[in-house]
Amino acid sequence: MTQTSTSDVTPDTAETQPTGTEPTETVMETVVNIGPSHPSTHGVCRVVVHLDGEVITHCEPIIGHLHRGIEKMAENRTYLQVVPLTDRLDYVGSMYANWAYCRAVERLAGIRVPERAEYIRVIVCELQRIASHMMGIGSTGADTGAFTAFMYTFAQREKVVELFELLCGARLTYNYVRPGGVSRDLPDGWVEQCRAFTAQHPSAMLEIDDLLLGNVIARARLKGVGVLTQVDAVAWGTSGPIARGSGVDWDLRRDDPYSVYPRFDFSVPLGDNGDSYDRARVRVWECVESCRIINQALDQLEPGSVQAEGLPRLLAPRPGDAYDHIESARGSLGVYLVSDGSPRLYRMKVRSPAFCNLAVLPLLAKGHTLSDLVVILGSLDPVFGEVDR
Amino acid sequence: MAFVDDLGAALDKTPGGGIILTSLDALIDWSRGKSLWMMPMGTACCAMELIAASFARFDFDRHGSIPRPDPRHTDVMVVAGTITRKMEPAVKRLWEQMPEPKWCIAMGNCAVSGGIFYYDTYSVVRGVDEFLPVDVYISGCPPRPEALQDAILRLREKVSAESIVPSRAKPVKSILPQPGDPRKGDIAAEGGEPS
Repeated sequence: MTQTSTSDVTPDTAETQPTGTEPTETVMETVVNIGPSHPSTHGVCRVVVHLDGEVITHCEPIIGHLHRGIEKMAENRTYLQVVPLTDRLDYVGSMYANWAYCRAVERLAGIRVPERAEYIRVIVCELQRIASHMMGIGSTGADTGAFTAFMYTFAQREKVVELFELLCGARLTYNYVRPGGVSRDLPDGWVEQCRAFTAQHPSAMLEIDDLLLGNVIARARLKGVGVLTQVDAVAWGTSGPIARGSGVDWDLRRDDPYSVYPRFDFSVPLGDNGDSYDRARVRVWECVESCRIINQALDQLEPGSVQAEGLPRLLAPRPGDAYDHIESARGSLGVYLVSDGSPRLYRMKVRSPAFCNLAVLPLLAKGHTLSDLVVILGSLDPVFGEVDR
Repeated sequence: MAFVDDLGAALDKTPGGGIILTSLDALIDWSRGKSLWMMPMGTACCAMELIAASFARFDFDRHGSIPRPDPRHTDVMVVAGTITRKMEPAVKRLWEQMPEPKWCIAMGNCAVSGGIFYYDTYSVVRGVDEFLPVDVYISGCPPRPEALQDAILRLREKVSAESIVPSRAKPVKSILPQPGDPRKGDIAAEGGEPS
């Protein structure tokens, strides 16, 4: 808050001074509503922004505009019927929620997944990471006025979507990963098509990196905007590219290995400054690393079954609870399930990375201008299906 | 559009005015139908397909359908995604901000009827037609971009049947049998029922 020179309050107390109590000397605070339908909020988020001139003094994201009650709906469905609901949680990366849920069910019911199914899950989820990051990087470009980059990233995303379409017939809501494996085996010629994709993707990423993040305007808009320190990143419970952009070396694929990830050689890209630029940069390099993982997984892929044998059609795990988490494109995605021994879930709780990442928005936006808020929100890459559930 | 309405009514009464009126209708319908700018009311999953539709692979710009985030620039609202009770007033308000003439496309099962969120949930509006006059429904969860393309073309058919004098508007063929629709009998006969 800017105080006028005649004011004798110290800057510290001026910060805590409530607006309006100060006579004429205080600059009038403007409250601006952004959303819930706004092209730059990446979904239905409403942000109430308190402005001093053009500088944000405080902002508050108001969520719940897409609250569909998925966790409550899951209580009325059998274990298999919940899988399509998890598709609609994080609709930019449906495979992740599928997988996190299925892992929790498998842990709860003690199901052993065939190795080929695990490899296919890794492949589709790394492809999904690419598809999701393409959206994140592209919208960073759109927010900074570089709409052309969005076209380039979306062309890459369409290629991934095409691969998924061959796999399960759907472009967006796949319902592919099921408890005990995956719904069907890879179709003929899919592996070759996937290899063709991973062969051209890293060079396309370099082009996009050069086009967007090498651009002087985008650098000016992104660098130093929305700095999240390493301490804050840990304290606020962020994960995924948001935490790694701030230099927090934390990736569940490596630090809490699940599935067949220990068999792959990959590195975890980290940022230095924790600004919007580093977050976008981390996403770019994660895509290249994902290509490496996919190539290794395709090499190690052996023929075999893709569904666990002897799985009952109606799962009814013994009473108990289970939690499992995976590294989604947005961070640590966890699913907690409670069973009471009946064929229906007793309770499902989703630990949503997008929700935790969005919480740092007021922290990051403070002191920046209103136009930077758009960039900061875009760099957090929230998906409101997952935030609101 | 008061001037156009008055003009239409006056032409309708004038002897020989019908020729001018139909020519004028043809011109207006042509220009309206070929530039249906979209208000992308994308809330959930279908918004991704809406974005994909306007990008390079499907390229909706060639139909004259450009997404504009400002309601005051647009002709057709594409409701893509689940509308919750909390979101409903915002959608209604944006719809009211759009200038006449305006149309609405309900894209995806959630906007059509609530879709997968029809049962067991407390927060979802069961179909956007509860509070908006929907012109074209697209089923699918989510529909493919081609389906949205089809919806735009069907909406264009509907627009081209309109007239500035409401009584002269041609009836629009619906692909679904309506109550009292003579085609209803045909569909029953095709189903193998001996009549």
